[in-house]
Amino acid sequence: MHPSATTATPVTATAPDALPQVPHDIAPLLLVPLLALLMLPLVGSLPIWITLTVAGLAMGMMIFIMASGLTLIFGLMGVLNFGHGAFVSVGAFTATLVFLPLRGWLEVDSLLLNLGVLGLAILLAMLVTGILGWAFERVIIQPVYGQHLKQILITTGGMIVAEQLINVIWGAEQIPLPLPASFRGAFLLGDAAIEKYRLIAVIVGLTVFAVMFLVLNRTKIGLLIRAGVENREMVEALGYRIRRLFVLVFAAGSALAGLGGVMWGLYKETLTAAMGGETMVMIFIVIIIGGLGSVGGCFIGSLLMALVVNYAGFLAPKLALVSNILLMITVLLWRPAGLYPVAQH
Amino acid sequence: MVQAQPPMSEPLLTLNAMHTHIGQFHILQGVDMVVPRGGVSALLGRNGAGKTTTLRTIMGLWPASQGSIRFDGKEIGKLTTPAIAQSGIAYVPESMAIFSALTVKENLYLAAREGEMDSVRLEWIFGFFPALKKFWNYPAGNLSGGQKQMVAIARAIVEPRKLLLIDEPTKGLAPAIVHNLIAAFRELKTTDTTILLVEQNFSFVSALADHVAVMDDGRIVHAGAMRDLAEDQKLQQRLLGLSLDSHQ
Ligand SMILES: Nc1ncnc2c1ncn2[C@@H]1O[C@H](COP(=O)(O)OP(=O)(O)O)[C@@H](O)[C@H]1O
Ligand SMILES: [Mg+2]
Repeated sequence: MHPSATTATPVTATAPDALPQVPHDIAPLLLVPLLALLMLPLVGSLPIWITLTVAGLAMGMMIFIMASGLTLIFGLMGVLNFGHGAFVSVGAFTATLVFLPLRGWLEVDSLLLNLGVLGLAILLAMLVTGILGWAFERVIIQPVYGQHLKQILITTGGMIVAEQLINVIWGAEQIPLPLPASFRGAFLLGDAAIEKYRLIAVIVGLTVFAVMFLVLNRTKIGLLIRAGVENREMVEALGYRIRRLFVLVFAAGSALAGLGGVMWGLYKETLTAAMGGETMVMIFIVIIIGGLGSVGGCFIGSLLMALVVNYAGFLAPKLALVSNILLMITVLLWRPAGLYPVAQH
Repeated sequence: MVQAQPPMSEPLLTLNAMHTHIGQFHILQGVDMVVPRGGVSALLGRNGAGKTTTLRTIMGLWPASQGSIRFDGKEIGKLTTPAIAQSGIAYVPESMAIFSALTVKENLYLAAREGEMDSVRLEWIFGFFPALKKFWNYPAGNLSGGQKQMVAIARAIVEPRKLLLIDEPTKGLAPAIVHNLIAAFRELKTTDTTILLVEQNFSFVSALADHVAVMDDGRIVHAGAMRDLAEDQKLQQRLLGLSLDSHQ
């Protein structure tokens, strides 16, 4: 039918194919060490600086765990989930179902035993929040795809309902959550005190980041998520059902919020139903700083914000409350779409 | 060169009185079009005529508000985009929509739904798009416009599909790269794949197409053999507002 078919001739006369530079946009990566180093002379004392820096990193890791799911949820489907904090609270309260019966083991000063109980609590919290996230997406989010105002209203409503349910199930009193025996106290590094639990938080945070990085870069589902954050229509045009991908992301993001809630609850050593809602301001700030849809940006944004809050708390306590907002404004003046702009919305 | 001619004489794609609304706007107002099996069918028309909307409606990215879309013997007008893609249609949008954060390899890997990419087929693609081999592990966002277009087309053909919808592939590209694309499309014509090509570049399309349809104001206003339109300057003038000296 088409005898004119020729063998293709690669045109070498086209643009001289100079190998392009791989664009490692490292400027945002440098912000964290840069900020820390800048603060050293201002703080004036190396031990205090070390303590503040570790405290900031630990807090940043916990915020990252709570926020990382939300940035993908928004990035992939443009869904504004103001109820994300509910999963933080639910995760923390679910953990008490393990912590309270096993209180005895938490009092034993054995790192292994304590970590075992913590692992069990985290597992249960992630399972419960993951399943709840899946149901929340089906029932509450699906009817309002693409309608931002309704999303804000209905997810805020979902959050209020969740908080009330927690009050019904666990009572309205705040629940004390003492640290397991082997997590209490601090190491001394020279003159600097480093709280043990903060180190654990840093390790958990780094692990979560590493796992997310591997999944997003090395698995087909991860590549589809990154592709979908950039252009979900094209992912569908390639034959993939983006909604199935999104339910998965939503459930995983909710489970991460649950994990973050367990870590955050132990950090605060008390639980209240409102604790998740209270973290939402920080969570929104870090995902905006990071660039909506960017897990790497969220990671850097979380560390930056927590460091700024900790340094400001020491240097200018009056500024501490607004320091995170100031940070966000500064970053957005530099990069209006956040550190790593990726999402299509 | 064997062109598999299926037993049924039904065209590969038939649009019947297809209407599309975008919001309150009535964009496509009864499109009737037939894409025969095999070869290249061109869809021409001035800017804003509705060509992109036609391709998006076939792909299910805009819902058809009326009419039918028959593809390969089945009605696809009510299917979702992924189901339409799985039925054997690949889409190269006007914006190319490559995943810029992913490498060239990852872009093609996602397009290969069967899982693994066929290495023989890849070498065949590298034969007419050698830049893809060179930049295989580079982020696709870093490539030049022409190379991005190669990624977008390669994504559509990394596995055999029955129909390719390609929207203005030469837009903004240098003449040398347009040449490269002509060679690639000629090579594609030797396969069983049917191509529906939207273009503004008349010389490009007349070098490739067998059939042509011309669209204006959301309707098809002419359909026939490409050769007849290419030879009839008066008709070109009337339908497209072109004369031979206005295109290269
Ligand atoms: N998203 C949209 N919203 C509203 N109108 C649109 C949209 N996309 C296209 N149109 C209108 O539909 C008409 C056809 O557009 P299009 O299909 O892109 O034309 P073509 O591809 O032939 O240049 C134009 O008048 C355009 O303004
Ligand atoms: Mg167009």
